[in-house]
Parts: sequence; C-alpha cells; structure tokens
Amino acid sequence: MACEQWRGNLDRYLDGELAPAEAAALSAHLRSCPQCSNEVLERVQIKRAVHTAGSRYTASAALRNRITQDITSESSGGSTRRWSWILIPAMAALLAAFFLSAYIDRERVAQQRVYSELADLHVATLASSTPVDVVSSDRHTVKPWFQGKIPFTFNLPELAGTEFVLIGGRVFYLEQTPGAHLIFQLRKHDISVFILPTRAEEIRNLPSGTGNASSFNTETWTQNGLRYFVVGDTNVDDLRALSKLLRNAG
Amino acid sequence: MRVSEKHLNAASFEAVAMPLFDQLYNFAHWLTQDRSEAEDLVQETYAKALRGFSSFQTGTSFRAWMYRILRNTFLSSRTGLKTMVVLDDAATEEPLTDTVTPEALLIEKASREMMQQAIEELSLPFREIILLCDVEEMSYQEISVALAIPIGTVMSRLSRARKALRIALQAKITGGRHGV
Repeated sequence: MACEQWRGNLDRYLDGELAPAEAAALSAHLRSCPQCSNEVLERVQIKRAVHTAGSRYTASAALRNRITQDITSESSGGSTRRWSWILIPAMAALLAAFFLSAYIDRERVAQQRVYSELADLHVATLASSTPVDVVSSDRHTVKPWFQGKIPFTFNLPELAGTEFVLIGGRVFYLEQTPGAHLIFQLRKHDISVFILPTRAEEIRNLPSGTGNASSFNTETWTQNGLRYFVVGDTNVDDLRALSKLLRNAG
Repeated sequence: MRVSEKHLNAASFEAVAMPLFDQLYNFAHWLTQDRSEAEDLVQETYAKALRGFSSFQTGTSFRAWMYRILRNTFLSSRTGLKTMVVLDDAATEEPLTDTVTPEALLIEKASREMMQQAIEELSLPFREIILLCDVEEMSYQEISVALAIPIGTVMSRLSRARKALRIALQAKITGGRHGV
C-alpha cells in the first residue's frame, strides 16, 4: 500500500479508532517508513499539545454550588414535612451514592488519561528517529545507564532463551515524575515498558491487570513501590509473558 | 458513562451529571469565549438535561447526550447564532492548501499560549470537533452523537480541522500570514 493510503488512516490510528488488525498493519508500516513515522510523531505532538492547551478554563465553585442547589431543589420538590423523617436518611444515602459515583468517575477519567498518555508516548517514541537514548540489548548496560537520571532503581530480566529482545531505554515523564521507558521487541513488534514510582495519586490508584488503550494492549502492576506499565500491539498473552519475566526479575 | 433505566431520577442525575461539570464548563467557555456567557450556558444545560432526563435513552452515552444539549443550547443563543458557520461537508471536500512543514521540531517550539490562540482562531465547527476529540477524548461515535453528524463527517471534519490547526500553528511559529 502506498504511503498516501496509510496516511489517510493516521488520524484514526492515533485516535484509537482503527480495528486491531488495521492498527497492527499500520504499526508495521511505520517501523519501515521514516516519512510516515515523522508524520505520526508530529501529529502525536499536536494532539498532546491540544490536550494540554485545551484544558484551559476553570469554573467557579459558586457556579457548581448554584447548579447543585438547582438539582437538589428539583429532587426534593415533591417532599412533605410528614415524610421528611423517612426522606432524610434516604437523601443521605443518595448523597453518599453520589459522592461515591462522582469519586469513581473522577478516578476513571484520571486513569483513562494516564493510559492515553502512555499510548501516545509509545507511538511518539517509536515514530522518533532516535527512540532510545541508550541502545543496547545488554541489561547490564541499560540498567546502569539510568543511575543518576531517575530517583529509583529496578531489575531487568534475563531474556536468553526467550523470544524477547531488549532494544534500549530512555527517561520519560508522567505526572511530573521521571521514570524509565524500556523498549523490547518480540517478532518485530515493539513493546514499551514504563516504570515509575507510585507517588502520583492517579498512578497509585490504578487497578492492576490487563486492558486496552488506543488500540494497544496494556498490562500494569505495582511491585516494590514501583508501577509497571507494559504497552504494545502484540497479543495479551505475549504482554503477560513479558510482564511475568519483569515481575520475576523485580 | 451508562445510566440504567431504574435510576432515572433527580438524585441519580446529580450523581452522573456533576462529574462532567468541569469539562462541560471548559467546553462552554471555549464556545462562548466569555466567562459569564459560559456560566449561563452550563446552568441552562443542566436545567434542560434534568428536565429531559427521563427521556434519556439508557444504554447510550450520557456524556455525549449532555454535550449535545450544551451545544444545541449554545447554537440557539444569540452568540451561537452569530458564531456558527454551517458547514456543508460535501461542498467543502476540497482540502486546505497544505503548506505544513513536516518538521516536528516546529511544534515543539509552540508554546501553550500559542496553541491556545491557534485553537481560538479556528472556526467554531473545527474548534469544537478538535476539543471533543483531543481534550475530551471522545470516541468518534460519541462525537457523532454530540454534534449530530454522521461518523464519516466526524472523520472528514476532524481531518480538515487538524490541517487548519497545523497551518495556523505554523503561521504563528514562523510569524507568517497563513489564514485559516
């Protein structure tokens, strides 16, 4: 397929709207086409910049209170004094349910944002002409390179006898926290492993397990005070296999 | 966000609608470009949504439904009527002149303020679709509901909006005079 045809799908690819098979085919093309990779890199940068710049306006607390009062007065409009002794505990229960629901929703939005940023970082890094700052398949070279660059240390697994290959690493930032970004390869599929301290609340509260972000499969867990994210377009079993190796090393 | 049928009452409306408050306000302010108008718009949106909550179709996206109400309310306001340019997507298939330099470095030079100005200067149909996709991170399906346009139009309009944004941004970075 010519580059022009691939480019017609780039927006849908970055917006997570391509079917997994199409996304995998496009990922494979990006690995072999510097022009399209550069195009992806630029689009990812703009998308991230729009996300940051677009979150611009903050509502006043007074407006929030006003609207909440409007809703509350509407919901209690039909009540009578005779029933208030029954309604007070019921309203208290509803209020508790509201706060719980609001809390869960906020958490969900924050979690989606973290995954979305990691998926963007994964794509942007692979599209870059210099995806890693330390290029080595030797874990004894890659791990020491991070010393002094990030405020923690981690262990890398022995990959001999497995299909995984370590490509290298770089420093990345998420929620103003520096972390280690490692790139592994499996049968020409690139897999990103992000490791960072569980300091930020959004990261600490993320549930462990497998998931999906912008067409990529993901696996995450916490170990020794560090949060691990594995992101790639390989199947879930392969991500789990790499996660298991990392867990055993940690 | 999904709402089950048995929970369509005012208290559950508050529980599902208020978590959207901050993002709805941000979107309203981008549309109106005025704090006071944005506040009125959000308040009216909540009042309309509460009144129509029983007609909300359960199993569909509540968030897209709220944005649709907000946008319709805006479009019927005086500012909205003045601002909105109705886009005939079939008639504007001609792509914008592509003068974008394929240098990612240019984008790195753009400051947050520069990007905000570039978004601000986009026509309303372009501005709103970019905000819904890249700031609110809505799926194409949700955007289609919120803007009441087919998914094919979401894709073509988004593509043209992004191209317009890149041109506007590049003009700002290089100090050129490219129009949007």
